[in-house]
Amino acid sequence: MESLRRAWLWFDDRTGLGSALGPVIKHPVPPNSASWFYVFGSATLFAFMLQVATGVALAFMYVPSAGEAYQSLQYITDQTTFGRIVRGMHNWGASAMILLIGVHMVRVYLTASYKFPREMHWISGVVLWALVVIMAFSGQVIRWDQTAVWSTIVASEQAGRIPFIGEWVAQFLIGGETIGGATLSRMFAYHVFIVPALLFIFIGLHLYLVIKNGISEFPKAGKPVDPKTYRKEYEALVKKKGIPFWPDAAWRDMVFGFIVITTILVIALIIGPPALGPPPDPSNLDALPVPDWYFVFYFAFLALMPPQMETYLMVFGPLLVGALLFFLPFISNKGERSPLRRPWAVAIVALTIASISGLWAIGISSPWSPHFDAKPLTVEIIGADSGPIYRGGMDFNEKGCLYCHKISGHGGLRGPDLTYIGDRLSSNELTWRIMNGGLNMPGFGGTLTNDELSDLVIFLKSRTKQNQESSSLGGD
Amino acid sequence: MNEKTKTSEDCSRRQFFTHISYTLGGLAALMVGIPIVGSVLAPIVKQPLPIWRPVGELKTFTVGDIVKVSFIDSSPLPWAGITAETAAWLHRKGQEDFTCFSVNCAHLGCPVRWVAGARLFMCPCHGGVYYEDGTVAAGPPPRGLYDYPVRINNGQVEILTSPIPITTV
Repeated sequence: MESLRRAWLWFDDRTGLGSALGPVIKHPVPPNSASWFYVFGSATLFAFMLQVATGVALAFMYVPSAGEAYQSLQYITDQTTFGRIVRGMHNWGASAMILLIGVHMVRVYLTASYKFPREMHWISGVVLWALVVIMAFSGQVIRWDQTAVWSTIVASEQAGRIPFIGEWVAQFLIGGETIGGATLSRMFAYHVFIVPALLFIFIGLHLYLVIKNGISEFPKAGKPVDPKTYRKEYEALVKKKGIPFWPDAAWRDMVFGFIVITTILVIALIIGPPALGPPPDPSNLDALPVPDWYFVFYFAFLALMPPQMETYLMVFGPLLVGALLFFLPFISNKGERSPLRRPWAVAIVALTIASISGLWAIGISSPWSPHFDAKPLTVEIIGADSGPIYRGGMDFNEKGCLYCHKISGHGGLRGPDLTYIGDRLSSNELTWRIMNGGLNMPGFGGTLTNDELSDLVIFLKSRTKQNQESSSLGGD
Repeated sequence: MNEKTKTSEDCSRRQFFTHISYTLGGLAALMVGIPIVGSVLAPIVKQPLPIWRPVGELKTFTVGDIVKVSFIDSSPLPWAGITAETAAWLHRKGQEDFTCFSVNCAHLGCPVRWVAGARLFMCPCHGGVYYEDGTVAAGPPPRGLYDYPVRINNGQVEILTSPIPITTV
């Protein structure tokens, strides 16, 4: 022990690291900033460190080649020692980063810590958030399965809507005109070189700013920020009541960070990494590319936005959100910080969380998508095993009606539930609707024969509450 | 007076060193930057030539049917593996009359499926639906399905490879 201490003293004498870093990590912070509300930024940093460590480990085994990446992921998951756990930690660590950076941003916004003199803290944080989102997307793509291929195309199509340069941006993302050898190599370069390098730079800037301007004190209602006096007041506060960041404030960061890291490890052990989808074969069209959970709300947004506005919303929506976040400190950098005196800030956060949650919930069920795997109507549900009702029921199964309409629990959600359609529409109305379509329904006038149409209408007309009840009584 | 002159000379000498340092640094960055940035941007500048790819013998396609055909894209790299594969929906409308649709939904590029019973193309992502002639039947697509040029060459049906269709404004 003594020899170790002597070695450290020698090292510190020659490098000056201890004397240089000591005052930094022990710098005084406002006592009320040593709070559990202030642990999310450091937890995001811990999750990032885990991502770096697990990412480097994965890079020892992953082959960033379009033709072999999928097999290397199978190998990592199924055959290597601890590979499954490392992949699991990398995946759930990404989820943790998205979640924690979001909570950290909400906390900073609600306590208005972005106000004078910490405007650049917020701006560098917004850049970090954008980089984390890019990492999440590129990470999903280099998981190079069928969903990755189609997600890249969907992202490129969105980029294609950018006025004037859209096609170039789209081809830049794909790495050419088609998905192929260049796509993965380029996405790998973004994911492991370019974006992480930017992350390191902006994390460095973010931390430097925290040291330079100090951790914001927890706000008090009725004590607004005045740029003319704030710095003097802050200096007086930390001089008089400040506590050393290490260890008086930092222990909470360490405790919460430990919980975060342990949780990621436990989830990786129990659940493991996400299962790989089918191989990345662009000619396999039996695909339903749904993004990872953190992008599902945006997936729903893309489906629900009005078609006539979608190009504007798709291109300018994210730009507007990014610009609003980026320029927030310039909109307001003084005045009240306490959320108790900023009801609009609380309302904006509540509305944002409610919107994202709502879109997320809808995105999970994707009611706008045809359900290709819907269970066909059975003879029991149809209520006949021959005749026009039976034939109509079979047509309902075979003509694609089932993918969008539900009857007695079988079918898709895109169109109305037709379990009791016979009570609502007459035979003429049914015929007209099937022939001509309407709203989001295609017209089937050109594809159904007269007999098929007649059977289908008779079948649908038999979907009444009375028939269902008598059929279930008969069943008893 | 003498002192003042010396200071201003010193400044101009300093300015010269400053300018030369910036210039040399910028020049070095520019010289190496051109090939570096150029290599990264090359895929959007250097476009591969379209190629006619055979997708099957004429006699294997039934008049009236719409079937999926697979082929190799226009610019397969040696390490592309199965990602060099692509597909299209081929419709034989008459003896020598073919239409070939891109599999990419014109909304956001997802793979549309041919539902033969309904004679509709349906997109699994956001609910785009197309009639068998490729026109929009329902959902958010801003236009119909894109199509590929088709020809018959020595009894083989051939498709001219094309880029992934990007719907622009």
